Amino acid sequence: MVSAAGAEAQEVRAAVLRVDYPSLLPISRYDLRTEDLAFAGAALADEDNNTTGRFMGQTYETVTVATAPETASEEMRALLEDGIRYVVLDARAGEVTALSDMAAEAGALVFNVRAPEVALRGEACRANLLHIAPSVAMQADAVAQFAIWKQWKRWLLVSGSNPEDRALAEAYRRAARKFGATIVEEREFEDTGGARRTDSGHVLVQRQLPTFLQGTEAHDVVIAADATDYFAAYLPYHLWTPRPVMGSAGLRPVTIHAAHEAWGATQFQNRFEELTRRHVQEEDYNSWLALRVLGEAVTRTSSADPQVVEDYILSDAFELAAFKGQKVTFRQWNGQLRQPILLYDDRITVSVSPQEGFLHQRSPLDTLGLDAPETDCTAFQ
Amino acid sequence: MKHLMLSAALCMAATGAFAGKAFVSNERGNTITVVDTETWEVLDEFAGGNRPRGITLSPDGSLLYVCASDDDTVRVFDTETYEELYTLPSGPDPELFVIHPSGSPLYIANEDDNLVTVTDTADHTILAEVPVGVEPEGMAISPDSKWVVNTSETTNMAHFIDTSDYEIKHNILVDQRPRYAEYLDDGTRLFVSSEIGGTVSVIDVAEDGTPTLRQKIGFEVPGVLPEWLQPVGVKAKSDGSRIFVALGPANRVAVIDGASLEVVDYIMVGQRVWQMAFTPGEEYLVTTNGNSNDITVIDVAAEKAIKSIQVGQQPWGVAITPD
Repeated sequence: MVSAAGAEAQEVRAAVLRVDYPSLLPISRYDLRTEDLAFAGAALADEDNNTTGRFMGQTYETVTVATAPETASEEMRALLEDGIRYVVLDARAGEVTALSDMAAEAGALVFNVRAPEVALRGEACRANLLHIAPSVAMQADAVAQFAIWKQWKRWLLVSGSNPEDRALAEAYRRAARKFGATIVEEREFEDTGGARRTDSGHVLVQRQLPTFLQGTEAHDVVIAADATDYFAAYLPYHLWTPRPVMGSAGLRPVTIHAAHEAWGATQFQNRFEELTRRHVQEEDYNSWLALRVLGEAVTRTSSADPQVVEDYILSDAFELAAFKGQKVTFRQWNGQLRQPILLYDDRITVSVSPQEGFLHQRSPLDTLGLDAPETDCTAFQ
Repeated sequence: MKHLMLSAALCMAATGAFAGKAFVSNERGNTITVVDTETWEVLDEFAGGNRPRGITLSPDGSLLYVCASDDDTVRVFDTETYEELYTLPSGPDPELFVIHPSGSPLYIANEDDNLVTVTDTADHTILAEVPVGVEPEGMAISPDSKWVVNTSETTNMAHFIDTSDYEIKHNILVDQRPRYAEYLDDGTRLFVSSEIGGTVSVIDVAEDGTPTLRQKIGFEVPGVLPEWLQPVGVKAKSDGSRIFVALGPANRVAVIDGASLEVVDYIMVGQRVWQMAFTPGEEYLVTTNGNSNDITVIDVAAEKAIKSIQVGQQPWGVAITPD
């Protein structure tokens, strides 16, 4: 039985460390990064965890830090010196590895809520690094399963030229092989830097993109791999051959969107909007989820010790409801959160992967991303 | 619809009996469907406010209470004329409630505000607001009326509220997303369903009301992914011999033997089955099927589904008039 009376008060202190990179404006104003991005999710998580904590004799406090990449390690050091042992990290892959290693020396646990690289879950994995954000492999598999379900098996893969875009394109190639789709042709739309071809507005885009996509092999669907957000958003209505677009535009794989209502998510949206006066974005949900994972582990173990908490999170006993219609759990071989992926058309949830009929001996969720036999991660062995 | 009402009236005149009615809240349709529990014909459908979910009746069956979630109020209807009589203060976003056997108060779960609101149905006043866990939903009252149980979906607890002082005296951690709580009629046991955990927690209740988690019941249906077995509504027969559990997207109601606490059968019903109610005498159990927009009637003795009736859009809850 659980009772607040008599229980020793436990204080759980965490941080959200967000690295803000210099970047060009997004294609769409809707994608502008708000000042409180990721922090807002943490504020809601603190409210939720403290409400539960009242009954358990536990309190939660999460500090938020925004930093430039140059000062990120300084900020991480300050947090660790302050005694914080749980860090929600909103950063790109390079910083994630370096900052996780700093945290490891202090015995701190890190939750990655942004970086999607497969390598971070593979050869570059860390024993103190858990991934709330899905990998590009999970995202690509989510899209691929839907394409297969639709019998759209002939893909035109259009990718960007930046390393992140190429990594995403590789994830789609892998997904095509995994699920039996054929990439009939690939085209790379070059990012020409400051003079981005698409920066000139719709007049030029309307002329350039269709001709770029002229004369392709027959295909059922266009798969866009534009992780750096410079052209994919223009694709749906500027193709040469009219086809649905999926991936970085059209139907996109996301962890949350503000119109998601199923499985009680309306309550999450209501709480979030009341607290923040804006719509939720993926990094908010991811940081909320990271801190809820922490809260759930503290609730069930009655411990705030990072090792006890991580052992529980990676155990078979751990489960958490996350407004996705089924429990989310962790892959014990690489610290990746298993979760359904929403397929979103910028207005509604069109579908949710894994799709019906994609089975797995452990969990259908393990049909998304790299499975245990495929992993290059050894840190959790 | 009028001719249906007329034929029902004729039927009543002919038999001289008071026909029972099932009231179904249609969450998306914003209506209440009225179904005759003798003929299983739809008698009427009337406006129920915005997002009607929790639904219950006064002990004498004359008043229908509906949680109009998006109106932040409880709407009260006459069960004969279907006229809205008045509203009751409920606190924001009322989802599910339970009524004191005397007819007052109502104990209401406020889903968005982590509160249970206690509302006097005679004076139309709020008697208390009890802070509970995140996303309160399930509500049950012990047969001796000394305890009200609330389940909180994100905190994952059953909170035991003392009805004499509105203080929480006990909390029990259960599996993920507890949706519903149901006492046995003798008060010795409480069942709490966990939608995402996929289990029903069996909680033994001591004479002084102290709860102890006894065990958790899991579910298994060949050919159905375990992820789809999501327990929501729970109803126990008054003699405790059978406990029925609605399994949401598994489209089945599980039948649990009250003595062995083993699942003995699964009854196929409509799609996404959530809440349930017995007819008086427990001859039939009615289920709401949110995705097929119908209700299913289960013959309780035979443990078989005998009929489905189309109702409004996304039926959520059901309440059936007493004898």
